[in-house]
Amino acid sequence: MSKKETTVREPYFHIVKRTSIPWWKAWTIRILAVVAALVVSGLITVLLTGEDPFKVYGTMIGGSFGTPRRIWGMAQNLAMLLCVSLAVTPAFKMKFWNIGAEGQVLIGALATTACMIKLGDSLPTPVLFAVMIVSSIICAGIWAMIPAYCRAKWNTNETLFTLMMNYIAIQLVSYFSYEWSVPKGSGQIGVINSASQAGWMPAILGKPYLANILIVAVLTVLMYIYLNYSKQGYEIQIVGESENTARYIGLNIKKVIIRTMLLSGALCGIAGLLLVSGTDHTLTRNLAGGRGFTAIMVAWLAKFNPFYMILTSFLIVFLQKGATEISTIFALNNSFSDIITGIIIFFIIGSEFFVNYSIKFRENAKEDAK
Amino acid sequence: MKKYIALLLAAVMVLGLFAGCGSNDAAGNDEGGKNTAVKIGFIFLHDENSTYDKNFIDAANAAKEALGLSDDQVIFKTNIGESNDCYEAAADLADRGCNIVFADSFGHEPFIAKAAKEYPEVQFCHATGTTAHTAGLPNLHNAFANIYEGRYLAGIAAGMKLNEMIEAGEFTAEEAKIGYVGAFTYAEVISGYTSFFLGARSVCPSATMEVQFTGSWYDETAEKEAANTLIQRGCKLISQHADSMGAPTACETAGVPNVSYNGSTVAACPNTFIVSSRINWAPYFEYIVNCVASGEEIAADWCGGTAEGSVVLSDINEQAAAAGTAEAVEAAAAKLASGELKVFDTATFTVNGETPTSFMADVDTDDAYTPDTEAIFDGYFHESEMRAAPYFTLMIDGITTLNEK
Repeated sequence: MSKKETTVREPYFHIVKRTSIPWWKAWTIRILAVVAALVVSGLITVLLTGEDPFKVYGTMIGGSFGTPRRIWGMAQNLAMLLCVSLAVTPAFKMKFWNIGAEGQVLIGALATTACMIKLGDSLPTPVLFAVMIVSSIICAGIWAMIPAYCRAKWNTNETLFTLMMNYIAIQLVSYFSYEWSVPKGSGQIGVINSASQAGWMPAILGKPYLANILIVAVLTVLMYIYLNYSKQGYEIQIVGESENTARYIGLNIKKVIIRTMLLSGALCGIAGLLLVSGTDHTLTRNLAGGRGFTAIMVAWLAKFNPFYMILTSFLIVFLQKGATEISTIFALNNSFSDIITGIIIFFIIGSEFFVNYSIKFRENAKEDAK
Repeated sequence: MKKYIALLLAAVMVLGLFAGCGSNDAAGNDEGGKNTAVKIGFIFLHDENSTYDKNFIDAANAAKEALGLSDDQVIFKTNIGESNDCYEAAADLADRGCNIVFADSFGHEPFIAKAAKEYPEVQFCHATGTTAHTAGLPNLHNAFANIYEGRYLAGIAAGMKLNEMIEAGEFTAEEAKIGYVGAFTYAEVISGYTSFFLGARSVCPSATMEVQFTGSWYDETAEKEAANTLIQRGCKLISQHADSMGAPTACETAGVPNVSYNGSTVAACPNTFIVSSRINWAPYFEYIVNCVASGEEIAADWCGGTAEGSVVLSDINEQAAAAGTAEAVEAAAAKLASGELKVFDTATFTVNGETPTSFMADVDTDDAYTPDTEAIFDGYFHESEMRAAPYFTLMIDGITTLNEK
């Protein structure tokens, strides 16, 4: 027996979970992953198009920073992605798998659109905005609360529930896009109140997107304080770490779940409001543009720290803009930008593996054995 | 081992650094040739996978070649949704120095108008739109074509095919039912299927038609399902006004003849494709480029016809089409050109059993869709004459709409 054991060949390498990792090491791994991702996507671009790789990377940067318009556009996109990321954070920190942010954003947007179309002409601007804000928050909050209530009450699967709610929200938007279409029957809402601009977020200092950016900046700080310095934030953390502990110390878990999802939904509602009132001035079923899902990645990568989320959402928006730019400049199909973004995100997520696990090679293992 | 990894990582990092410092945008250098002052940006709803957009992309490439434009003078943006993305794309094209921006989808219009307000020096052209002639924006332009004439001619080919199948004893004259897959209950679609039906009935008087709407301009599954539903309901021939290959491929599978739109589908449907009508946008693209190059005004509302080469029929697929189709289509085309034949001649159709004598069309689009212009006089419905985009919305007898979208 013992003889056999000694003759078993050790694998060339094996994987060990790290107990801890110094912050600089973790960040070096992440930065290396980004660099490796850029190299691989550059290689693929060169192989498929024969373009100079330096030009390709330059184009990527130009896509986000090339003109003042693009910088504003990028900042605006960053703000919107960040807003949805902030919204999903409390739920995910509680280990509540809310993949319904897309639908929650759409419901907030739908409520805003309804106010703008139906009340835009009749209400004075401050009242109109108050109604828009309240209705978008309440509608999206309730939309998010439905799966939370069912989970708290009957322990339903929140992943499936929230996912299914997305489809309902999308179809609702389709239905109303048709109901309110201009001209009738075209299935398109078009630009809402394009003449009166009723319900449009006012431009600050002549910058149409600045209001959105400032609002999200404030939300970021508030969310940081809420998660780290409030009693409710602490309760979220406890429920997330261990429901049994939470029960043991006498927390009302059902209440925490419902309350947290209400908050998540309300923030998604604000994102919907900002998208309709601040940037798009219309409602389409693609309004959320996948942000509800991308936001989950942003939040996880940033370890639910709202300030890190600025960084991770910048990274993703920068990549998307850069990849779109590549496909425009080099006359490639728009799908090419999705390929590039996919490659880069794959590397970034992969880097988390190396942050959490280390690879031990055979000679190291032998040393350990001594 | 560690050393190698370290070396490798260092090399990768250095490469990454260099890469990051690469040069900025490819500068748009004009290299001689004609029309060097012109730079045109195209916004397409989908890409080549959509028959609708492929038709535009092909035309843009044809016009580029015909005008001798260099690669730097033409920018394509594909998969731009009918949302704020369209405005962003249009503004970005203007920033890149385009002096013409063209968008191909109906829903792009309000966003193109938004960009047009912001960039008064750039010409914004939009296909299938309805508002340019009343918007009061001198740099916003709509364009369309008399595609109802092309549909009518394609309808003749369909009618010939029905006659052939009746003669062959496949079904009786009363059973000659056509199926039509439409996108929305919208003027462009209604005008299209009505002119198609009138063309078919002009040669096959017993023909009737059923229309199934999908509620989307591009939904392959829904279009396929709609075509299959129509076939199951006993339709002997299918045509469609929606942009995917859904209906043509459903027809090929079921062995039911198909009259296509936006271009030939003969490659995918060699046994069932008869003919396709389409708008050729190349003449319009050449027109707007020449206008800008010579400093002339672009018409606010441009409508191309057969004379300009804007309305064309694809090659007839002899394998599926009835004998004599080409001759019949040619004869009708000549009559249309001479004005002897009118597609919407009120003597050829009835609405609720009566010959229509008056129809107020909503030509000057407003939010309330107020009908504002008389379209029926001199014995026919004047389609695309008061405004390029169609406004024929009469529901004529003989056509049954199965749903509304």
